[in-house]
Amino acid sequence: MVVEKSRALPMTAKKTNTESMKKAQRKKRIAPYLFVLPNLLIFLIFIIIPALMGLVYSFTSYNGVSDMKFTGLDNYIRLFNNAEFWKIMLNTLIYAALVVPLVFAISLGIAMLMIKEMKARGLFRAIIFWPTMISFIIVGLSWKWIFGDSFGVITYLLEAGGLPPIKWLSDPVIAKITIVIATVWARVGFFMVIFIAGLQSIPASYYEAAQIDGANRRQLFWKITLPLLKPTSLLVFMLLIVESVKAYPLIYSLTGGGPAKETTLIVQYIFEFGFTKSEVGYASAMSVILFLLIGIFTLIQFKWAEGGKID
Amino acid sequence: MTQKAGFLTYFALILLALIFIAPVLWIFISSVKGPIDLYSWPPKFLPDSLSFENFTAAFSKGNFGLYFINSAIVAVSATILTLLINTMAGYALSKFRFKGDTLILFLFLSTLMIPIEVIMTPIFTVISKLGLYNNLLGLIIPPAATPMGVFLIRQYLLTVPDDLLEAARMDGAGEWRIFWTIIVPIAKPVIAVLTIFSFMWRWDDFIWPLIVISDPSKYTIQLALANFIGEFRVDWGSLLAMSVVTMIPILIVFLIFQKQFVKGMATSGMKD
Repeated sequence: MVVEKSRALPMTAKKTNTESMKKAQRKKRIAPYLFVLPNLLIFLIFIIIPALMGLVYSFTSYNGVSDMKFTGLDNYIRLFNNAEFWKIMLNTLIYAALVVPLVFAISLGIAMLMIKEMKARGLFRAIIFWPTMISFIIVGLSWKWIFGDSFGVITYLLEAGGLPPIKWLSDPVIAKITIVIATVWARVGFFMVIFIAGLQSIPASYYEAAQIDGANRRQLFWKITLPLLKPTSLLVFMLLIVESVKAYPLIYSLTGGGPAKETTLIVQYIFEFGFTKSEVGYASAMSVILFLLIGIFTLIQFKWAEGGKID
Repeated sequence: MTQKAGFLTYFALILLALIFIAPVLWIFISSVKGPIDLYSWPPKFLPDSLSFENFTAAFSKGNFGLYFINSAIVAVSATILTLLINTMAGYALSKFRFKGDTLILFLFLSTLMIPIEVIMTPIFTVISKLGLYNNLLGLIIPPAATPMGVFLIRQYLLTVPDDLLEAARMDGAGEWRIFWTIIVPIAKPVIAVLTIFSFMWRWDDFIWPLIVISDPSKYTIQLALANFIGEFRVDWGSLLAMSVVTMIPILIVFLIFQKQFVKGMATSGMKD
């Protein structure tokens, strides 16, 4: 409307032009703020502010209802002396230490097979990728049905093959492996796709040149593929670490965190204190520690990235 | 290195494909077994007859229809909201230079580093203060501002030439009109990818419903499934049937967009 009006005014063409240009310039200055605003507001209200609140809670005895009392480092001291917390942290680290390298290696391996020239490539990719689209709850539930101690099909297959039964869900050590198997199955397809993109961006001429120089396959992998894949590897490592540290839904539906908290990871533990036991302050202190852990991993990644830059 | 796949590669891939597809097949097969076949020992690899008893039971006794509708409302509305605000933000952060732009971009990316799982309790406080507790809006608005979506759109729009936008401005087009008539059509491919992602993220999501919903009449499918699996006597028949029905919308989306999806994932896809 405003634009229309100014255009209708009897001015020289040149003046109209500069004036409307000015107006457009002003609009151009304000526009990006308005465009970014809805997203930014939601981030601030639901992510940034809660993150800061969590930090404050961690120094209080807040229980979700009454006024919070400042208790200094009490929550952290209590955490430090809580053997169960350290056991849960250890569970989380063991889980991450198994999931990260396994998913990394398997998805890279499959990606290397997938970039070859072949028939039915799309079908193969689709089959490996498909589990990544299934919710973690259903993944957990499916594997519980498959691994069930008394009714699971795997138990039957072992029995039929004359092998001793394995307590997939109720043995403290084996249950830890079971959740890793389910995670690997659920996540490999996703990282395979990222690796395929990374592998395809390596120029074929590098391989050809090396082959002319007489390099064998192993040398090609270690001297060309891996170094040139570093940016992709870094991204995959980063995502895998965050993912495995925050794992919860899959394990919740597969083992429920049992037997006897053997497969309870940190997020479930935080949930237990923050919601079920209403110890918000205490749970927040755990969150802060977890966040620091993620931060440290990230820093190491970045240092590693800088350390071996290829130019 | 476009090597030709040899016998060994095919062998390995077929073996892998079988391993990856077997669990899903087993769930599908189990879901169409009658109650006797379901628990028979040794397990029957193919049921004697098809039975849809589990499906009817899930819908009639288990209230599954309601959870399905709740999930659909959330996934569809949140996806529409995500597309709108992520495209707007991605546009602002790619085609404008303004005070604080790097700070805002950094803020968005840093939320990738703060998993919501870590701040569930303070989020709960904010949700209840705003009256979003036990409200489907609490599952639609907060998760809609995905950092991944903003990033995806931004990277895509960076390649759009500025001249195109300047020309439109010269012609007197307003910023809002430029957004709808130039940016949105250009961004169509990446918006398509984000549509699929966003739908999948919300359809599969468990953490937000866990924080926001406790009233069973507001349960989403994932929340309902998680609660049923935690029960002492698990009703496997209904549970498997529900899982199969829950996988179907995503399977359809996946089959339709398979090519586009894998391509989109390859550029910079994520799982929320």
